[in-house]
Amino acid sequence: MDSAPVLEVRNLHTHFFLRRGVVKAVDGVTFSLKRGEVLGLVGESGCGKSLTALSILRLLPQEAARTVEGQVLLDGEDLLAKSAGEMREVRGQRIAMILQDPQTSLNPVFSIGNQLHEALARRPDERGRSLRERAVDVLRQVRLAAPEQRIGQYPHELSGGMKQRVVGAIAISCAPEVMIADEPTTALDVTIQLQYLNLLKELQTSLGMGILFITHDFGVVARMCDRVAVMYAGRIVETGPVREIFDNPVHPYTQALIASVPKLRDTAERLRAIEGQPPALSDLPVGCRFADRCPHAEPRCLEKYPEAVSVGENHTASCWLAA
Amino acid sequence: MQRYILQRLVQGVILLVVVTSVVFFIGRMTGNPVDMMLPEDATEEDRQDMIERLELDGSVMDQFGVFIVDAVQGDLGTSIRYRQPATDIFFSRLPNTLAMIPPAMILAIAMAIPLGILSALRRGGIIDRISATIAVLGISTPNFWLGIVLIYLFSVTWGWLPSSRMGGPLNYIMPTVTLGTFLVAGFMRLIRSSMLETLDSEFVKLARIKGVSETAIVWKHCLRNALIPVLSLWGVFMGGLVTGAIVTETVFAWPGIGRLTYEAVIFRDYPLLQAVIIMDAIFILFINLLVDILYAYVDPRIRFE
Amino acid sequence: MRRLPLASFAIIGTMVFVAVFAPWLTPHSPIDQSLPNKLLPPFWEEGGTTEYLLGTDIFGRDLLTRLFYGARVSLIVTALALSVGGGVGLVLGIVSGYVGGKLDAFLMRVVDAAFAFPTILFALLLAVTMGQGMDTLVIALSLFLWAGFARVIRGEVLAIKQRDFVALARVHGSSPARIMFIHILPNVLNTFMVLLTLNVGVIIVAEASLSFLGAGVPPPTPSWGLMVAEGRGKITSAWWLSLIPGIAITLVVLSFNLFGDWLRDRLDPKLRQL
Ligand SMILES: Nc1ncnc2c1ncn2[C@@H]1O[C@H](COP(=O)(O)OP(=O)(O)OP(=O)(O)O)[C@@H](O)[C@H]1O
Ligand code: SF4
Ligand SMILES: [Mg+2]
Repeated sequence: MDSAPVLEVRNLHTHFFLRRGVVKAVDGVTFSLKRGEVLGLVGESGCGKSLTALSILRLLPQEAARTVEGQVLLDGEDLLAKSAGEMREVRGQRIAMILQDPQTSLNPVFSIGNQLHEALARRPDERGRSLRERAVDVLRQVRLAAPEQRIGQYPHELSGGMKQRVVGAIAISCAPEVMIADEPTTALDVTIQLQYLNLLKELQTSLGMGILFITHDFGVVARMCDRVAVMYAGRIVETGPVREIFDNPVHPYTQALIASVPKLRDTAERLRAIEGQPPALSDLPVGCRFADRCPHAEPRCLEKYPEAVSVGENHTASCWLAA
Repeated sequence: MQRYILQRLVQGVILLVVVTSVVFFIGRMTGNPVDMMLPEDATEEDRQDMIERLELDGSVMDQFGVFIVDAVQGDLGTSIRYRQPATDIFFSRLPNTLAMIPPAMILAIAMAIPLGILSALRRGGIIDRISATIAVLGISTPNFWLGIVLIYLFSVTWGWLPSSRMGGPLNYIMPTVTLGTFLVAGFMRLIRSSMLETLDSEFVKLARIKGVSETAIVWKHCLRNALIPVLSLWGVFMGGLVTGAIVTETVFAWPGIGRLTYEAVIFRDYPLLQAVIIMDAIFILFINLLVDILYAYVDPRIRFE
Repeated sequence: MRRLPLASFAIIGTMVFVAVFAPWLTPHSPIDQSLPNKLLPPFWEEGGTTEYLLGTDIFGRDLLTRLFYGARVSLIVTALALSVGGGVGLVLGIVSGYVGGKLDAFLMRVVDAAFAFPTILFALLLAVTMGQGMDTLVIALSLFLWAGFARVIRGEVLAIKQRDFVALARVHGSSPARIMFIHILPNVLNTFMVLLTLNVGVIIVAEASLSFLGAGVPPPTPSWGLMVAEGRGKITSAWWLSLIPGIAITLVVLSFNLFGDWLRDRLDPKLRQL
């Protein structure tokens, strides 16, 4: 595996500037994704996973949200420094993304073919195929049955799983270097989830993409990812290879998450097994953000934020216990 | 698609039957039909003649039967004031109304779509605030009065524009503005709110992720979706259009259907009013059918229902 | 959040005040003619007198006095139409939403039909067949209202029906009528209030339009719409006859609309779409 990072996020801060205060939804996120690697981004609902992804693509949900600090390096180029036009060249071509809910992520009034063409047309085909032929080809790549007919159909004529395959086809249509998958299977039927995960894994190997895989499900992490980054209240608290994290979690939050996995296996419920609430993002403590809920909290945890330290090969954690 | 159109057509015909019956029975329930349908100077002979022809001495249902049979043959009665078949008068006036409505609609659409889009794109911005003001003024100003104000300013005070009747292109300006502004407010607000909704949707997010340009996002992805509620609320606008046309034609003495409706009211010309309403219903249902077809074209979920 | 529309309150307050106290506020009669004083301009124009502040009409009646009494007519008609039309819509909406099934399907069809056909035509028809009058006008205006009320209230009831307290009442064996009017009704009153205020302006304009078209209250009763219509022919020589009542309508309707928007945002922001 090539070890050069294709995507590097450094000290990313994205805040919502609201009338009632500043919500620091992403507040110092750092991680890197290597070429051809699948990195899992895990954490409770609301910890800032989706917002991190949207900040990378510079598609913040509303005007009140701004990325105020940090770097997003794609092959060493800082995306945050690019112009709007240059950024558009990056989206869809070099970084693609799959959204959570296939029911709403396709435009109901345009045909599948039309929506695929939009993505395909941005890059000329080296083999000189027509848009239509290319559309059929990508649909075939995502294993959608009868692709020729699908092209003329509209989203409401497809099932959820089929729609998500179309979204996947749109994502791979320009052979991106990086794909962000934001809980791509949460909205699918349990039986279809597994098929979809296998498909993503297959596409990733054949196309050599790096995938940033957002999920709240450690079971899925074990199946899909090479490495995992655990996020809590706007920051990454631990990163490392999947095996290592499972066998030897260092951060108490990671430990609690992993401990709660068996309970979650068949309920597919969000991580809520840990008692207490994460801190308000508009009023973050100076010290460790997990201190409130941490069974090992000490006075120093409240005073200063624990910087990330190496706790093993490729394994870092932000916890005073490890320091 | 064919089933859908057929379904709409059947619904339209049912509505037409309902409207016709309501019109008929309101007339029978609330007054003496003979007196309402005859001019005041009618002779006793005229009276007998009408009673016999319309079987007015028979039961109400018999009378209704006669009415329907006549109606189907295109006979909707005779105008008291004009002493001509009501449908003839209707058709002689129809072209004048059809000449006035398109410019007003074009004006309304040409204002509403850009303003609705721009105010959604820059929510709370200057254009949004201006168009919100236009909208609230638009629904608060009765358009018969707006027409009179225009006449007072542009004809009486400054003498720039002819105040009434048809004629050259100048005659169209004030009626177009009066009727157009009546429609703008509703259109504009509806387009704004549905634009806001689509701009916020997941599919727009995915389009941006694909790298689609903002121009294509607005004009391709959003506008088409934003038009869906406009088309589905068409009936409400149609009501506004009819009301607006009656009032506008009355103010500007425009010899169309609207003015004819007004004449039927002030001259208490019941057969004429009855005929105008039924003919209006036919036209409205026809236009609604066209809009339904357009709707199906815009929204594939309907097309394949 | 919008600011409280103080100017709107002031205008609405003034209207209510002059409507209630009209007889004490003016020495003139709104109806009696005084031909020697006909077509006097407002006091600031040449030939105007302070006795008739806003001038007189072709019968020598004081315009200001007629405006005061016209406010009365407008408010009475609006209140009656809102009670009748709004009330019918409220009841049908609750019943349709709560009972559901075939009844609901049927009522909603009727509502659709009411939207698909311009009510003004029926209103005009009623004026011709029943004759002009307050009762005709109220019925006609109610026709404008009921369907919109019924549709919105029904939607609200469908949501409320799912809530626990309704299920609980049902378990306790409350009769449907009791559930609808003791348990559900109070929960739609907010929406009902918002609909009422949002429709005051609509109804005042509709009343004025019908009066303008000769289908409102019969002359010589003063109605603002009728006053505009009567003054229209004199626009070249006596502009005040039609322009001043029009200004009154616009100001009042604008105030009610701004007030309605404010109230909607206060009580029920999700009704934005209305
Ligand atoms: N429009 C908004 N205004 C204010 N705060 C917001 C807004 N959108 C998101 N946030 C805040 O940003 C935080 C991060 O949201 P994000 O969608 O990234 O969470 P997530 O980790 O993806 O959660 P989930 O697993 O539920 O998708 C949330 O806790 C929320 O408080
Ligand atoms: S730093 Fe302290 S409070 Fe935070 S996780 Fe480690 S032990 Fe717990
Ligand atoms: Mg998310």
